[in-house]
Amino acid sequence: MTGCADRMVLLHGLIDGELDAANSVSVEAHAKTCLGCAEELRRLKTIHGLVSAADIRHHAPHELRDRIAEFMEKATAPASARMTMPSRWPGASRLPWVAGGAGAMMGASLALLFAAPQFTNTGVQDQIVASHVRSLLESHLTDVATSNQHTLKPWFNGRIDFAPPVVELADRGFPLIGGRLDYIGGRVVPVLVYQRRRHTINLFIRPAGKPSPVTVTTRREGYSLARWTDDGLEFWAISDVNPDDLRLFHRAFALRLKREL
Amino acid sequence: MDAAYNLARYLSRDPIAAEDVVQEAFLRALRAFRTYRGEAAKPWLLAIVRNCFHDWGKANRDRRGISEEEEDGRYGAPGRPIDDIHLDHDTPEVILLRRREVEMVRTTLENLPEPFREALVLRELEDLSYKEIALLTEVPIGTVMSRLARARQMLGEMLLPRVESGRKAQP
Repeated sequence: MTGCADRMVLLHGLIDGELDAANSVSVEAHAKTCLGCAEELRRLKTIHGLVSAADIRHHAPHELRDRIAEFMEKATAPASARMTMPSRWPGASRLPWVAGGAGAMMGASLALLFAAPQFTNTGVQDQIVASHVRSLLESHLTDVATSNQHTLKPWFNGRIDFAPPVVELADRGFPLIGGRLDYIGGRVVPVLVYQRRRHTINLFIRPAGKPSPVTVTTRREGYSLARWTDDGLEFWAISDVNPDDLRLFHRAFALRLKREL
Repeated sequence: MDAAYNLARYLSRDPIAAEDVVQEAFLRALRAFRTYRGEAAKPWLLAIVRNCFHDWGKANRDRRGISEEEEDGRYGAPGRPIDDIHLDHDTPEVILLRRREVEMVRTTLENLPEPFREALVLRELEDLSYKEIALLTEVPIGTVMSRLARARQMLGEMLLPRVESGRKAQP
């Protein structure tokens, strides 16, 4: 038995989520009464299930990732040098969100989107994931609970050997809720705690080993991670929000920081 | 990057060529970043990958003077008829069955003619909308829909009997 020829396209549309509400309802209702279409829909769902199974995708080999990460880094390095004189960077005026002079962000966001869902420094990544989970489990999220950067910033003085930047982002939808000290990569590091709709974002800050403009996000055990370096510091943001929100957070943080400096 | 590689791999059906295509695509993307107008980044990059693939295909055919059919033969798998795919019904492990299914779906997908394969990969594996696929492949949206329908039909004809018999064979 076959379905109604004139409804085939609609059935595919239904599977692909391309129909508006009215059409979805009418196609679904039709499939309930028309055996042919019901059968066809079942078939399509099976095929859809088989094909959209995540593991039939091919994944880029490591060597390729490394090669591309390398030339991306080279290509974006000169741009980051230009960041100190944003007015002379011609591309900046064209894209409003890089107006902060972050020419490097062009290449970086390209990398952010595609280049490396895998970090080179897996050990640190694991520690950050573990620390994030611990901070949520043990309700030891903050050592000092404050939404005021001028309270938090001095609190870190004397507790660590560098001054981490602290900015308030409540107006961008990421309220600051406090800070704490944590232990990553064999040293005590400051953590800024933000929220995004009730989700917690932990921002780890430490001196950067070597400057790298590449920013990356990935999903790791269900968490999104973003890493970037700025002004000799390395930032790791982790949360269970979706990667887009984390990108938004990175952008908001970086821009606000530029403005305050 | 997985999206770029995945598309290149399914288009070229050759792991080495796919790497070259992706690398070239990233180089071009980097150069072309100034023309990027803030539209969705994934279709933008995949369009570059697609162009690179076509250039690669052209260059390759010109240089070696071989047709696509001959090329298929060289790399083995794509030209292989579906009946050759070995299904081991005896294994009790579902996980193994699952792996075979994956291989089977991959190979079947690779056997679809290019426009259908492309549409299906973009839709099912990369989750692009009809509109994005239409823009990317430079065809009307109606063509995208009919290609998808045809692709699924072909895939279904080749796959479903296999999958069902494979599953039934499990104790």
